[in-house]
Amino acid sequence: MITVSVKKKLFGADGDFLMETDVHIARGGITAIAGSSGSGKTTFLRMLAGLTAPDEGLIEVDGEVWFRGEAGRKPKLNLGPQERRVGIVFQGYALFPHMTVLGNLLYASPDREIAEKLLVMTGLQQLRDVKPRNLSGGQKQRVALARALMQRPGLLLLDEPLSALDERMKSMLQDELLKVHRELGVTMLIVTHDSSEIYKLCDRVLLFEKGRISADKSPRELFVERTTTQKFAFKGEILDIKAVDAIHVAVVAIGNNLVEVVIDAEEKGVLKPGDSVVIGTKAFNPTVRKFERGDFDFSRL
Amino acid sequence: MNQHFDPEPFLLSFRLAGMTTVLLFLFCVPLAWALSRSASRVKPFIEALVSMPIVLPPTVLGFYLLVFLSDRSPLGAWFSEVLHTDLVFSFEGILLASCVYSLPFMLQPLQSGMEQVPAKLLEASYALGKSGTQTLWHVVLPNIKPSLLTGVIITFAHTVGEFGVVLMVGGSIQGKTRVASIAIYELVEMLDYKTAHIYSMILIAFSFTVLVLVYILNHRYKSLWR
Repeated sequence: MITVSVKKKLFGADGDFLMETDVHIARGGITAIAGSSGSGKTTFLRMLAGLTAPDEGLIEVDGEVWFRGEAGRKPKLNLGPQERRVGIVFQGYALFPHMTVLGNLLYASPDREIAEKLLVMTGLQQLRDVKPRNLSGGQKQRVALARALMQRPGLLLLDEPLSALDERMKSMLQDELLKVHRELGVTMLIVTHDSSEIYKLCDRVLLFEKGRISADKSPRELFVERTTTQKFAFKGEILDIKAVDAIHVAVVAIGNNLVEVVIDAEEKGVLKPGDSVVIGTKAFNPTVRKFERGDFDFSRL
Repeated sequence: MNQHFDPEPFLLSFRLAGMTTVLLFLFCVPLAWALSRSASRVKPFIEALVSMPIVLPPTVLGFYLLVFLSDRSPLGAWFSEVLHTDLVFSFEGILLASCVYSLPFMLQPLQSGMEQVPAKLLEASYALGKSGTQTLWHVVLPNIKPSLLTGVIITFAHTVGEFGVVLMVGGSIQGKTRVASIAIYELVEMLDYKTAHIYSMILIAFSFTVLVLVYILNHRYKSLWR
């Protein structure tokens, strides 16, 4: 069991705010840390790793206290990152540029047997003697993952591990993370904005908003059950409404895709370019309606 | 009037510069590491203090070193009693003076190199269980080779080119403290322009080569972190 019950003042782009969390995370799962940028996700991860100290509170892992401190005082106990033995995959990977792939792994621990096993598990055997600058993003990501696993950590922290990769590579590495999780049973915390990634990998989502956890649910509860009764629904933004003969067509941006949807006179009356909308279906026809409070806003991730 | 070319002042200069460089390297690596990681309020004062030799006239530095190193000062007395060495007008004295004088030329490249190493690399190393010293040795130093080379080359060259401090602390004792720059001064005083030209041209060629080397190194490694 991991307990993070801490407070820390954060300095955000639009003013300072207090980060305050009180969560318990069971061993063995994969938990998503989601939320808009500047909401405290990375700080949460760094506090667990021992790279940033909370102002006060308690961090306890499997009965062992890693941090304990009171407000305005020097912490009573604050284990350094070296003593916590947490695996971290940094955003941007942080591979040692002067070491080969194998060198990066062996720096973590000189155990060649584990290194070989991890190279095989992550498909890096052929690249063992290559320096990081000659690797692709996906390959670097694999090295960072293998390196973080070298010390057999009980807890693996991943800070937006796949955000810089293309969709195909993302999907492959998601499978790989699942494989690692299955084979090693390591508890994972992943900072991510990607709803499909959360759905595919994680059994729990902690949604951060302004330093506080605003939702703590399973991905299914968060995304699907709460949203609508429609079979499928996409949030988008109206870019344009064109009149074509007798009907009107709305041009809607959904993620990186543009779609054209025929709207009726009633819809035309309430919608205008710039509106956030939800596109769903009704009797096999696409419908467009205004985004409402009950809808899950994926931009919060 | 003309002397034969005597390589001794050059050998003395290079010996002084070589030893100064080695001593300063050993001293500055831990100091630069501590400064590069420090956010202390004292840090600007330490940085200013060690940079003083850049802006102070060598005479000021030389004068106080002379006072500080004489056997009437505690340090000079200790050297004199325990090591049986006088620090004034001796090679050991100008070596110590050179170390003070050239300190910023070693420290600054090392510190700025260390500060450019991305913080994430250091954190990655700590998270892998490595101490600060292990991280310095295995991660930081191998990644700042251009800064190390710049520090070493500039310190060596700067020490070869120093004049005022050496003259004040060491005088001009043949084979002990008469380094190349001082030998040139004496040659000009004795109106031996021919030998002065030879000595000077050697120093000009040496300095130019060193600076070209430094710039080549810097251009080659400029894109390292991009």
